[in-house]
Amino acid sequence: MSIVEVKNLSFHYHDHPVFDKLNFKVDRGDFLCIVGPNGSGKSTLLKCLLGLIKPTSGTIKFGDNLKANQIGYLPQHTQIPANFPASVIEIVSSGALNQTKLFQPYPKTVINKALKQLDIEKLKNRPYSQLSGGQRQKVLLARAIVAANGLLILDEPSNNLDYDSKRNFYQTLTKLNKQYAIIMVTHDLDHHNLLGNHILSLDHDAPFFGNTAEYVRRVHAR
Amino acid sequence: MLASFFEMMQYDFIQRAFIAGLIISICAALIGSSLVLRRQSMIGDGLSHVAFGAVAIAVAFGWAPIEFSIIIAIIAAFAILRINDNSKINSDAIIAALSASALAIGTFVVSVKGVNIDLNAYLFGSILAISTHDLIVCAILGAIIIAVFTILRRQIFAITFDEVFAKSIGIKVNTYQGILAILCAITIVIGMKMLGALLISSLIIFPCLSAMQFSRNYRQNTIISVAISVICFIIGLVASYIFATPAGASIVLVNLCVFLLCFIYNKLR
Repeated sequence: MSIVEVKNLSFHYHDHPVFDKLNFKVDRGDFLCIVGPNGSGKSTLLKCLLGLIKPTSGTIKFGDNLKANQIGYLPQHTQIPANFPASVIEIVSSGALNQTKLFQPYPKTVINKALKQLDIEKLKNRPYSQLSGGQRQKVLLARAIVAANGLLILDEPSNNLDYDSKRNFYQTLTKLNKQYAIIMVTHDLDHHNLLGNHILSLDHDAPFFGNTAEYVRRVHAR
Repeated sequence: MLASFFEMMQYDFIQRAFIAGLIISICAALIGSSLVLRRQSMIGDGLSHVAFGAVAIAVAFGWAPIEFSIIIAIIAAFAILRINDNSKINSDAIIAALSASALAIGTFVVSVKGVNIDLNAYLFGSILAISTHDLIVCAILGAIIIAVFTILRRQIFAITFDEVFAKSIGIKVNTYQGILAILCAITIVIGMKMLGALLISSLIIFPCLSAMQFSRNYRQNTIISVAISVICFIIGLVASYIFATPAGASIVLVNLCVFLLCFIYNKLR
């Protein structure tokens, strides 16, 4: 079974459809980019996948032993106040709260592995407020990895990053894709042509779900 | 100063004030560290005014003031949380309106009922009038808050730092926010007796603001907040004894000075 399978998913806001009857699935090893103009419901779809809001109708099924609270979520950058007093290790560790009981210590091996994977071990005790945009993104991604059981969901991760950090970040994602299925909302057309093997377009005028090569062909044909 | 400290500690009522004050300082700093970092400092201010309104009503009708205002403050805390969740309403404006209205209702009821009671005690605090009963209530509250912030520290950090992520990994954010709202309401009502409705919110906000100027992580920020809060309380209380100034105002002014020092230190380094 697919790691995520979405059937006939609709979300209506005050009787106005944000998206209607979406169908798509994500398998292990997939890298799905969700594209579409502002207001096409990309964030709403992510919130449905994460279980933060209930869809109006349709179903979202998780397979491969994935539970709803084991999705590694990377929120948009702006969600977190920059001057919050927190160290890298505190933030990354908090991802493990979905697998840690009340009086149980954090699983150190899982956390250290994530730090190592993203090459931020040296930043461990640094305050979040003193990090660069690219470093912060990696810290939040490490937190997502700690929480994740096979699936990462990223909300416009390349916003706020300069060219170099963006490239660096996408290289990291390509590596992680060997281990995790990835769903990513993006504005970044240049890069999603290089990245990802599937595309879901929420554009009302040109809805699409399929592989990236097919999408590129259609866009050129238009 | 040390001599004055031992001198004032000979009095029973100052001993009670000292212990109650220490507990309230710790509680306020802990509650504050979650409110300030979630950018909800105004909630503390709003609740303190609501608590004052409730005390006035309770006194006018002859009900138990502390118990009644704790109930009202908890209801108000939940109402404010709901308002905050609803992005269609300007929650800052609602809180400001609520806080002014509560103050007005309190003053109005008291004047109509013509109750002969000194409401100043609740506006500006009367730390030296703390009874043994008050002290016991304080101790129970303190024990609960310290236990909650110790046992649930990781969950509280997660919902304070990033509520949406916390929800996504299945943390019951609403439950924890509810617990914090109840503790916040109780701290404010009990703190009001000591510092007064107009000053208690500063005890919640200042320690965390000061600590944020130089702490490097959340754990440190919480511990430093508590330490600053306790030290400011002791200095403020002793100073008020030496200079015969109002205790509540003195404590707040010491907090202000410490904050300014921390702020300047942070800017200069």
